[in-house]
Amino acid sequence: MAIDKRVANAAAAMEGVRDGATVFISGFGGAGFPNVLIRALREHGPRELTMVVNSATHRLSFTHELIAAGMVRKVISSAARGHEKTLSPFEVLWREGKIELECLPQGTFAERIRAGGAGIPAFYTPVGFGTALAEGKETRRINGRDCVLETAISGDLALIRGDVADRLGNLTFRYAQMNFGPAMATAASLSIAEVRVTQDDPMEATRIQLPGIYVDRVVAVGGRA
Amino acid sequence: MIPLTRKQIAWRAAQDIMDGAVVNLGIGMPVAVADYLPAGRDVVFQSENGVIGVGPAAAPDRIDTDLVDAGSRPITLRPGGVIIDSAWSFAMIRGGHIDITILGAFEVAANGDLANWDSRIPDKGPLVGGAMDLAVGARSTWVMMEHNTRSGAPRLLEHCALPLTAVRCVKRIFTDIAVVDVTPEGFVLREALESISTDELHARTGAPITIAADFRPLAVPVLD
Repeated sequence: MAIDKRVANAAAAMEGVRDGATVFISGFGGAGFPNVLIRALREHGPRELTMVVNSATHRLSFTHELIAAGMVRKVISSAARGHEKTLSPFEVLWREGKIELECLPQGTFAERIRAGGAGIPAFYTPVGFGTALAEGKETRRINGRDCVLETAISGDLALIRGDVADRLGNLTFRYAQMNFGPAMATAASLSIAEVRVTQDDPMEATRIQLPGIYVDRVVAVGGRA
Repeated sequence: MIPLTRKQIAWRAAQDIMDGAVVNLGIGMPVAVADYLPAGRDVVFQSENGVIGVGPAAAPDRIDTDLVDAGSRPITLRPGGVIIDSAWSFAMIRGGHIDITILGAFEVAANGDLANWDSRIPDKGPLVGGAMDLAVGARSTWVMMEHNTRSGAPRLLEHCALPLTAVRCVKRIFTDIAVVDVTPEGFVLREALESISTDELHARTGAPITIAADFRPLAVPVLD
């Protein structure tokens, strides 16, 4: 049977997502937020999620809706400070001890996800050594450089945003939409991409930025071309 | 004594960027450095969200929310620019492929320790972003900041009081009154405003500072 990863809508794409899942959500600085999928996840309603997202508080991402809905047990991120003086939904729950936070340097965050999809259980990095973010972590001096041991992050679900997908799940990204999408897709057992448009014809090889073998379901949601 | 404006600090930092350098400008004040590169200097600006070849800010009628820099600013892409994913972008940063990063800071210690991510705002969540990766990974880490806090306390210190971003990473500091190098022997004053006395400069600096052999006045143009 011909491979076809297109699903009818975002709600259908959530089939099989369960409580306790570790969920990656892409996006950075306004680009690449899979906001249609995030809303569908909220409607699907799993609880006790671990959310792996670079910013827990970005004003243009709907991740805060999952947090405000009480669906998230733990956040792994590099940015968890709201934009306003009033506290963000994350900060309110975090201050009350109702949500756990693991704060990471952004490159360590990205590399731990990459490692998760690349079969590398852990790695040493000089980033974070001597800082509060390395407290409790194993350290080692390698070639004269002090390093911190960081473990891979893999998970159950990745929600990412792309531009075009073909039926094989091959993806392109518009500009800085790409950010964490490729690494997250490799590290999750179920990867769902929302894209501007899907096409039946397989894409030309030189256009493909993420191979479809990393993408399980694609949903066309429209958006800027 | 009139201290430099932030734009003038950015102008001064821009003069030291080598032709052909790959440069990452931190969010906030350092972004202005790109506006003041000397004519004829061809520099590639990298942004941590994977943009290589960041151009000027996008005009209001050309804003594209998919084309932004690490500070969420709508930008343009220079001809020959390219966008890579975040894991690759930080591999580029850690791997020593960025010649210079220019970061804002709260404090710098005489051994090069940097504190620029956590000012201990009560109840607000932490935000580290890519600061630790840049400070450790770039070949040269430069800082631009006011020489003193609003209440007059020094930001150049023997030891940082605020949580560290990285240890022993800062090489040069551009302030509103001076240009200071961080050397194995501690702070070295390379330039200072002519209108500031040596005594005052020592008083406003929280660690010993020696005067460079080739010390010269800090001179910048008037900027809008």
